[in-house]
Amino acid sequence: MQLIKNKIVTDDNWRFIGDDAALGKGDICVSLARWQQNKPELLSHTGKLGVRISPADNVAELADDVSKLALIELDFPDFADGRLFSHAWLLRGRYGFKGELRATGQFMPDQVFYLSRVGIDAFKPADSAYLPKVLENLHDFTVNYQQSIAN
Amino acid sequence: MYQYNLIDQTLVDQRVAQFRRQTEQYLNGELTEDQFRALRLRNGLYVQIHAPMLRVAVPYGLLNAPQLRKLAHIARTYDKSYCHLTTRQNVQFNWPKLEQVPDILAELATVQMHAIQTSGNCMRNTTTDPLAGVCIDELEDPRPYCELIRQWTTLHPEFDYLPRKFKIAVSGAANDRAATQFHDIGVHLVKNDAGDIGFRILVGGGLGRTPVIGQVIRPYLEKKHLLSYLEAILRIYNLFGRRDNKYKARIKILVKETGLDTFTEMVEAEWQLIKDGMELDQQRISDIQGHFTAPDYDPSAPQDSSLAQQQAQHPTFATWYQHNTTDHKIPGYRAVYLSVKAPDVPPGDLTDSQLDAIADLAERYSFGEVRSTHRQNLIFADVKQADLFALWQQLDALQLATANIGTATDIICCPGLDFCSLANAGSIGITKEINEALDNLDYLHDIGDVKINISGCMNGCAHQSVGHIGILGVDKKGTEWYQITLGGSSENEAAIGERLGPAVAKDEVTQAITTILAVYVEQRQEEESFLAMVQRVGIDPFKEQVYATH
Repeated sequence: MQLIKNKIVTDDNWRFIGDDAALGKGDICVSLARWQQNKPELLSHTGKLGVRISPADNVAELADDVSKLALIELDFPDFADGRLFSHAWLLRGRYGFKGELRATGQFMPDQVFYLSRVGIDAFKPADSAYLPKVLENLHDFTVNYQQSIAN
Repeated sequence: MYQYNLIDQTLVDQRVAQFRRQTEQYLNGELTEDQFRALRLRNGLYVQIHAPMLRVAVPYGLLNAPQLRKLAHIARTYDKSYCHLTTRQNVQFNWPKLEQVPDILAELATVQMHAIQTSGNCMRNTTTDPLAGVCIDELEDPRPYCELIRQWTTLHPEFDYLPRKFKIAVSGAANDRAATQFHDIGVHLVKNDAGDIGFRILVGGGLGRTPVIGQVIRPYLEKKHLLSYLEAILRIYNLFGRRDNKYKARIKILVKETGLDTFTEMVEAEWQLIKDGMELDQQRISDIQGHFTAPDYDPSAPQDSSLAQQQAQHPTFATWYQHNTTDHKIPGYRAVYLSVKAPDVPPGDLTDSQLDAIADLAERYSFGEVRSTHRQNLIFADVKQADLFALWQQLDALQLATANIGTATDIICCPGLDFCSLANAGSIGITKEINEALDNLDYLHDIGDVKINISGCMNGCAHQSVGHIGILGVDKKGTEWYQITLGGSSENEAAIGERLGPAVAKDEVTQAITTILAVYVEQRQEEESFLAMVQRVGIDPFKEQVYATH
């Protein structure tokens, strides 16, 4: 699978590990619940670590851990759930997450300009046919009224 | 009036290009119904019974002559030669073609207008007092703050997919003419004990299915913190507002379920973390205030003696002057209401030729500007008293001088079953019947200040729950019935109307209204307004008479 990172199409080398599945090797991403339950085990993993955030999660619970993570995924169950926009802003702006902040799932390509402005730098749409649109739509506006999160 | 700079213009132009692409992709089958619905709503485009409906933003109700002419041109070219004024100071077109909407938006952009965020679950147009800057009861002109809020809300990346729509209103006057207590956020300019002017912030007001009066979340906020405080409220709402049930998704429900105290603590805690990074500096406020300076008033205006003479000679003019003009802070000037409530026209509807003529009159008599009002009328804010007679004659010829402002036929009315896909019952027809029943102007003026609001369904677009008399259309097994409420108000003495009794049949509504007014005339005390009497006696005397024949 491919995704867009920093406005470039690249391969996705991350694997999402379900809550009951074995960790395996390489760079892995787990749910916030698993992160909280198995933190010591995960921290001894040799690959890089990521956490997947769902809209109902409280990202403040990750505040002390962001430096341990290379990836945070914001997983859209549907495009209308705007909580993930605030989660992105908080992770990037308030908690100082410096790694890859990735939108995944059912977000619309027409939302990526806003998503980039709240700090998201990687986009993996549910359908990879959307990738060209994602790239194009990142340039929808050259001006804006609000402060942006510095990427 | 605010004039776009290069940033404003670029943003609006790029928004048009974005929506043109989205419309093309939808028509090519590249966007799903659900996706395009969310995108078109954020550009003001609904799909109604007969055709799409396009809601154009009129930021805080301010329009200039070129903008009016552009609206006229759009009505003529893309619609059925008319448009409609809404309760939130916007303008709606009822018959555009979907594939032409990008062209309409491009036309609007040429006169610094747009339809951004006029619908959908996002921050909507900011509204204010239509007499801002000219009324005699004002602490400070609210429009510069409205413009700051307009810019901050427009394309805000974090808050475009809220649990539900979000409306902000600002008032700078002692009398609330912007229904601020019934907005998600109400902003009042106030003076603190030290004599400094800042804001009182209300939260959680709203109409619709569950009308709630807003509560004070912060009694005093320094001006420099306006945007950070709004952002704190919006972030808490975006994170914690309910998304499981659209009827419980407005901020009023969050405030109610969380409790005002806890909600306030959450907002204040959030605000402490962001306030220092988001301060408005005085220079920025002053720059925006520079767009709202007083026009070049004629210092000799009060010396006019013609007005008194014309009033004496022309009783119809005198009546119009009394009801459709109001005090102005500058001696020799009046603010003039254009009544868009002629008896045989749907409330708030304007034709292309009326719009063109209003543009001409605005240029001749009111520094080229006009305002739209919450009650679906227009205002020329700055008319010299010596010009009133000539203006009245021309407004009369345009059917814009019905002397009914603030009376029982100055009705707020939604499009109802005639146009709206949500409606359960007609509203325009009821308005017409009430007009026919109250065609005697002397009687109408004797009844005085009675605000009647009529909505065709419980979404309450015409704010029936805060009408002195509210009429709500409901569907009963396929027939149209109407619930009547009494005693509501959206002004300082904010109140939600009380149900009179069982719903009445469509052909009995007008008689019920005339009966209610007759009870008032019979039982009022000297100088007592309708609302004051309802507050004094309650609904029982009205109830007895209305249901006496049933």
